[in-house]
Amino acid sequence: MTLHATAPPAVRTRAERRARARRRLTPYAYVAPFFALFAAFGLFPLLYTAYVSLYRVELQTPGEMEWRGLDNYTALLGDEFFWTALRNTFTIGVISTVPQLLMALGLAHLLNYRLRARAFYRVAMLLPYATSVAAATLVFAQLFGRDFGLINWVLGLAGIHPVDWQSGTWSSQIAVSTIVIWRWTGYNTLIYLAGMQSVPAELYEAAAIDGASRRQQFLHVTLPGLRPTIVFTVVVSTIGATQLFGEPLLYEGKITGGISHQYQTLGLYMYEQGWGYFHLGRAAAIAWVMFSLIVLLVGVNAALARRRKLQEASR
Amino acid sequence: MTVLAPPPRSGAPAKDTAAGRPSRPSRSTGAGRQHHGGRLAHAILIVAVLFSAFPFYWTIVAATRSNADLAQTPPSLLPGPNLLPNIRAVLEEADIGKALLNSLIVSGSVTVGTVLCSTLAGFAFAKLRFRGRGALLAVTVGTMMIPPQLGVIPLFMMIAELQWVNQLQAVILPGLVSAFGVFFMRQYLVQSLPDELIEAGRVDGASTARIFWSIVVPVARPGMAVLGMLTFMASWNDFFWPIVALSSQEPTVQVALRQLGGGYVNDQSVIMAGTLLGTLPVLLVFGLLGRQIVGGIMQGAVKG
Repeated sequence: MTLHATAPPAVRTRAERRARARRRLTPYAYVAPFFALFAAFGLFPLLYTAYVSLYRVELQTPGEMEWRGLDNYTALLGDEFFWTALRNTFTIGVISTVPQLLMALGLAHLLNYRLRARAFYRVAMLLPYATSVAAATLVFAQLFGRDFGLINWVLGLAGIHPVDWQSGTWSSQIAVSTIVIWRWTGYNTLIYLAGMQSVPAELYEAAAIDGASRRQQFLHVTLPGLRPTIVFTVVVSTIGATQLFGEPLLYEGKITGGISHQYQTLGLYMYEQGWGYFHLGRAAAIAWVMFSLIVLLVGVNAALARRRKLQEASR
Repeated sequence: MTVLAPPPRSGAPAKDTAAGRPSRPSRSTGAGRQHHGGRLAHAILIVAVLFSAFPFYWTIVAATRSNADLAQTPPSLLPGPNLLPNIRAVLEEADIGKALLNSLIVSGSVTVGTVLCSTLAGFAFAKLRFRGRGALLAVTVGTMMIPPQLGVIPLFMMIAELQWVNQLQAVILPGLVSAFGVFFMRQYLVQSLPDELIEAGRVDGASTARIFWSIVVPVARPGMAVLGMLTFMASWNDFFWPIVALSSQEPTVQVALRQLGGGYVNDQSVIMAGTLLGTLPVLLVFGLLGRQIVGGIMQGAVKG
């Protein structure tokens, strides 16, 4: 737009005009590679999922589509395993996210002190983040083994009877959540730490002059300053929890998510419908349900955060 | 998402432990981050580090033992002599050698492609003016949070149509789409590339392409490196799409691990040997560049 100003209204040769047009179009060439890929492999599949969910499509013949209207959705509502998966996704989401974020908050607070070996702590805590879901799950599946698992052995030393970490509903969900907690606590710790470091030092100084203790400083300076970061981590964790897939798949290596589907999540249920039973249309309906769920949860989250802020402002 | 604008930072936190031996602050500085951590803080942090590190240690223990060792009570807690036989077994059971090579090809291509596309688009969004810039940026940022996993069904139908199932490009091309990368590079360039530098280039009669290669890229290099590391790790560890699009005939590491964990292999120590081999490359990258990756994640956090 700055170009318009510089061009004199005098006679323009054809070459000049062409050069101008080229300069105006150049920026599009720079965003084109990304947007071409984005349109083809990002946006289109996402939108087309809604369309596919209205058809009967089988895995073996993905080219043949048969109109079914809302049948895929009504079939979902009538399938008890859909409700099991929905419930599991919610409970595993809570068991994995809440302790994870609380621990991350505490650890970030500690890392925010002047510490020796601070860089070491940060790197060591981020190590699980570098590990793949598959690798982490295979290791934890072994640690949680019923007969020879290390965790049951340690529990035995403490006089606790061995826990069946596979077939129990709560025990298996706790085990699966542990994998999530292990992989993501360090990451969230660093996110919180970054947020804490951007709280202006003057606020702490002012609080200290007013005689605030460390604990009061944490509650009244750190936490409010961290609110946007907390909202961010809650949103990201919610999205992650809604589509949880690799951990429940590889925990015992079965797409049912346990012998009675006791830890099957929506992500895994979608995979089972699509690649276990070959119902791609049905799987698309599940994907769309997950998408709506994410939009809903993120929306609720944003609304809550906003209300808190307004309340606080009016106080 | 509300943290998009980087808040002002005071220089203190970056410097105060650089020497390893922090100088004692005078009592008058009351900033929370300047308190010294006591023994308790170290104790808790060490527990957290042990929690993080133990599964790695256990992978090594289990991968160097035999299956019989693992089924003993009390279990053996120290590494044993069985690593080579286990590795040999896993190379036979799941084609880990090929998987490592494929993962290297996929993650390498995805990294180079993503960094290039993101830098190009990030530069345009940061420094060039064009109609629709705001709207396009909003679309990019708005979809950053939408999990690609939700689009796998049409994506699968697409690559089935193209007959790309079981071919690496089926994983590489969708892997190049990174709204986060574009946004990351845009923020980086907005902050670190002064407009005057580009103006100077224009005055000298340089074309936009010339400006991009000889002014933008040198300035953007540190950001590109961080984005590259994050992209490489994410791509190496990507799970859902590769197991849908590929199979054991043309596996990436994650596909091979899935196969190992799928119940066909009963020998736990062999499974752990495979896990060790598949994790080693990222751990190597992490060992060399851990501090930069930590920095990148913290930067990314503040920037969005």
